[in-house]
Amino acid sequence: MNFFFLFLSAILVNNFVLVQFLGICPFIGVSKQIETSIGMGLATTFVMVVASAATWLVQHFILEPFNLPFLQNVAFILVIASMVQLVEMFLRKTSPNLYNAMGIYLPLITTNCAILGMALILVLRSYAFGESLVYGLGAGLGFTLALVLMAGIREELKFADIPKPFQGAGIAFILAGLLSLAFSGFAGLV
Amino acid sequence: MSNTLVSMISMGVLGIGLSIALVIASKKFAVESDPRVDDLEGVLPGANCGACGYAGCRSFAEALATGEAPTNGCPVGGASVAELVAKILGVSNSGFSRNVAQVLCKGGCAEASQRADYDGPQDCRIAHMTQGGDKGCTYGCLGCGTCVAACNFDAMAMNENGLPMIFEDNCTACGACVAACPRDIIILTGEEYGVHIRCRSHASGREARQVCIVGCIACRRCEKVCPTGAITVENNLAEINYDKCIVCRKCVEVCPVNTIEWQEGKGPVRQKVGA
Repeated sequence: MNFFFLFLSAILVNNFVLVQFLGICPFIGVSKQIETSIGMGLATTFVMVVASAATWLVQHFILEPFNLPFLQNVAFILVIASMVQLVEMFLRKTSPNLYNAMGIYLPLITTNCAILGMALILVLRSYAFGESLVYGLGAGLGFTLALVLMAGIREELKFADIPKPFQGAGIAFILAGLLSLAFSGFAGLV
Repeated sequence: MSNTLVSMISMGVLGIGLSIALVIASKKFAVESDPRVDDLEGVLPGANCGACGYAGCRSFAEALATGEAPTNGCPVGGASVAELVAKILGVSNSGFSRNVAQVLCKGGCAEASQRADYDGPQDCRIAHMTQGGDKGCTYGCLGCGTCVAACNFDAMAMNENGLPMIFEDNCTACGACVAACPRDIIILTGEEYGVHIRCRSHASGREARQVCIVGCIACRRCEKVCPTGAITVENNLAEINYDKCIVCRKCVEVCPVNTIEWQEGKGPVRQKVGA
């Protein structure tokens, strides 16, 4: 049950975007169409899972034995950047359309603070290897959920009569705030 | 062993390990691209000016390889590039119709009246924003030479009458002057077309006449005399459809205000060069 609660907590209660406010840039940038937001979410999820495993290994087999905790950020970013490169090559080969649709936001996963944040949280809470993987998966799916929710609403909003001052980024920020407010209702669930 | 050395070695090993993994992955996931795209990109000018309508030389080359873009789509490269492109693609060269810029205003200092003195920076875009400029005609050339400054190919100069001239031999149809002109007076059109309606004023005939002696008064004589229906008059302005024009020059003869002009030497267009 422990894994299940951890998973649920990562998706809903501690949703990376809407509760912890990490990874806001792609949340606003790639949430205009459901299709691309799902692609972005799954790519980020993949990077998160692989990065959670890789950073756990780096932390426990390189940083801790050699007493180098100050290199944490550098080492993690190195690992995450490599993972993103890998995803980029894979996507370019398997799905050129998705690759083109995500455009600049794909390489920007590298600097997505949700991923570095997740890696640092894992160390902070000293999760075991299995727990790290589950937390990474949950965090990624939570990110995807937030993106898809946002994209769904924004797709509908295209046909809505929005007052002029709120059009564009304005209404997107208001939406993000409301979604975040809704997610705060999950506090205490786990 | 000092801490510094340990951190350097550990990060170095980590970095090298990851880069080896990435190299293997890039080999495995290598996307096979059309080798012609690189060849095509090689023969294009490489200025990434976007005059072809694509995002740059690379995307134009990709469009060429898929057969989406015409071989003569690069206006800067001209006939020689079109030929090289056709050679790489193994198709027959569809012929190149070179575009050149034309200035559609004849109202220089001698023809057009001034309604004010403009003292500001000598830039048409600024002059245009200042109450529409100093000229009586709010459609015509402002004469500050912003288009000439925008030209990178020495294909333009201001004449003594305060109007820009085009040296067609140097013009590459890059469109820089078209973009620079706040009045949209400059257009790009096929080199072979020699008849131009050099006015963009939508003012009524009377108003146009008051501010410029060579402005179009929309008398419709050219429209009536044109045998191919290339000229239409709308919103107080005659406009020519170059695709239909055969350069018969009848409109030039009947135009009472000499707005329509024939460029000496450009003969009748008998056979259309492929678009």
